[in-house]
Amino acid sequence: MADILSDTIQALQLILSGDPTIYGIVSRSLLFSGTAIILAILWGTPLSMLIAMKEFRGKIIIKTFFNTLIGLPTVVLGLILFLSFSRSGPLGFLGLLYTPGAIMIGQAILITPILVSIGVSAIESVDPDIMNLAQTLGASESQAQIAVLKEAINGILLSYLGSFNRAIGELGVVLMVGGNIEGGGLQTAVMTTSIARDVQISEFGLAIALGILLVLILFTINMIVVLLRKANYLVELAKGPYAKLKRSRETKR
Amino acid sequence: MTVNAELKDVTKTYGNKIVLDTVNLQIREGEILALLGPNGSGKTTILKILAFIENPSSGEVTFQGEKVNFKNTEKVRLQSTLVFQKTTVFGTSVYNNIAYGLKLRKMPKETRDREVKKGLELVKLEGFEKRNARKLSGGEQQRVAIARALVLKTKLLLLDEPTANLDPKNAGILEEVIDTVNRENKTTIVMATHNMFQAKKLPHRIALMDEGKITEVGSPAEVFGKLSKNLASFAAVDNTFTGTAKATAAGTSRVDVGNGVQIEVAAQRQGATVVFINPQDIILSKTAVKSSARNVFKGKITEITDLDSLVKLKVDVGKTFTVQITKQSFNEMGLCLNAEVFIAFKASSVQVI
Repeated sequence: MADILSDTIQALQLILSGDPTIYGIVSRSLLFSGTAIILAILWGTPLSMLIAMKEFRGKIIIKTFFNTLIGLPTVVLGLILFLSFSRSGPLGFLGLLYTPGAIMIGQAILITPILVSIGVSAIESVDPDIMNLAQTLGASESQAQIAVLKEAINGILLSYLGSFNRAIGELGVVLMVGGNIEGGGLQTAVMTTSIARDVQISEFGLAIALGILLVLILFTINMIVVLLRKANYLVELAKGPYAKLKRSRETKR
Repeated sequence: MTVNAELKDVTKTYGNKIVLDTVNLQIREGEILALLGPNGSGKTTILKILAFIENPSSGEVTFQGEKVNFKNTEKVRLQSTLVFQKTTVFGTSVYNNIAYGLKLRKMPKETRDREVKKGLELVKLEGFEKRNARKLSGGEQQRVAIARALVLKTKLLLLDEPTANLDPKNAGILEEVIDTVNRENKTTIVMATHNMFQAKKLPHRIALMDEGKITEVGSPAEVFGKLSKNLASFAAVDNTFTGTAKATAAGTSRVDVGNGVQIEVAAQRQGATVVFINPQDIILSKTAVKSSARNVFKGKITEITDLDSLVKLKVDVGKTFTVQITKQSFNEMGLCLNAEVFIAFKASSVQVI
């Protein structure tokens, strides 16, 4: 009991003192997962739109495939990626194994099924008449698709948030393709892998500090999104760059 | 006479089902043309083809003198707009809803502001700009939908059952708007309706439709005057009944519309007759009430539809009548499906078509 207490006190000291090692790990986590979510958005959102808005053969199979992938054990995905990135693997020539690049790509692939599955159901839940409506008002097909996407914006934002949460809390894939390297040129240690290692070597203070920060970061990001959604800010932002900002300025004038 | 749009031998099929069967129709510049026909007669499909969101399976469509290439409709679509029967609004403010089409046409902000304001004035929703469109009542949403189409000032305005499912107040406002834009802006309007009295009142010409075909085109006087077989098949339309009239000694006539229902009509008639009773003219009661009404029938409520401040009921008395009552009366009377009720209306409320 006394040990837990002293480890917790040490953890708080580390956090409050702004320990460079800890904050280095934290910022790396944010950078890797941030990049991963951007990558996943770039390929996942058009994919969601395609699956949800187009009628094609095998649509149900594709949707079920992505739903199934959500439940794929991360060590299995980690193993597949490890084998692909390893020197003798099909992507070995890229030299990505045990680099930040491998982590970012690994996380992006891991979260794609979540992003796509939630995104598809958000778009599919939009009133099917919206597409026709936009077209009768003069929209081209792509403009009408954007109109549908805007209607689904809340669900889509939720898919991004859920995906980011999953990425930053991920251990299996990151450990297998990133290797938890600290020090040197290409550091790959992130919060989750560092916690796992610290527990193994009985550095509980460090592990607790990282654990607290991980939860705090997740809480803060989720809170910000909830508040912004409540204020309709993100929805407005998505509907037109700076629309809300412009409007508030106009009202002040 | 300038032609706004024309359908030549247009056929539309969905799988094996023929929805439009060699339709030929000319829409004249500046007119209001009503497509009158029962549900499923192909009215909406014609409107969708004229809005260029549906391709004909065969045949040709010309718009503003040019043949429409259905592979590339983006440009012509800017010149024609359709207001759907089922009101759909974007989940944003009324302003954004109405400004949507103007934005697509790259109108500057000042013009958009001005047009949205004018559009809202026209449909009597001044000051509604900032309201969330989805939180408005059904009737108000439909008025927003009309304003959203009107501000585009397209060469062709298509309305699919614009007043169906609206209470009389909202329906009245919309009919006034349709009339005003046609008269003042010379907008060419094609509207689908199965409301005979709207068809009699608003349009310059009527095209009667049945089973994917246009069976008659003419002025309301011509079409209604002929009382064609097709028009008689409209018995599916609310409170419109066909039957055989016999004059009574009291100077009225009695129309036998079948299933033991005989409707007393103030006018003297003989032979085949079509009658209509306005749903608002029917009094509904739970017990038989002694009154001056010559027509009293006992029946059961078979359908209840909630309109804004009104409730629309279908009452089966052998024939199905549509009755409109206020929501307050509906609640106070404690009505429900299958409840036994009496309907009553005066012989003078029965209109002979």
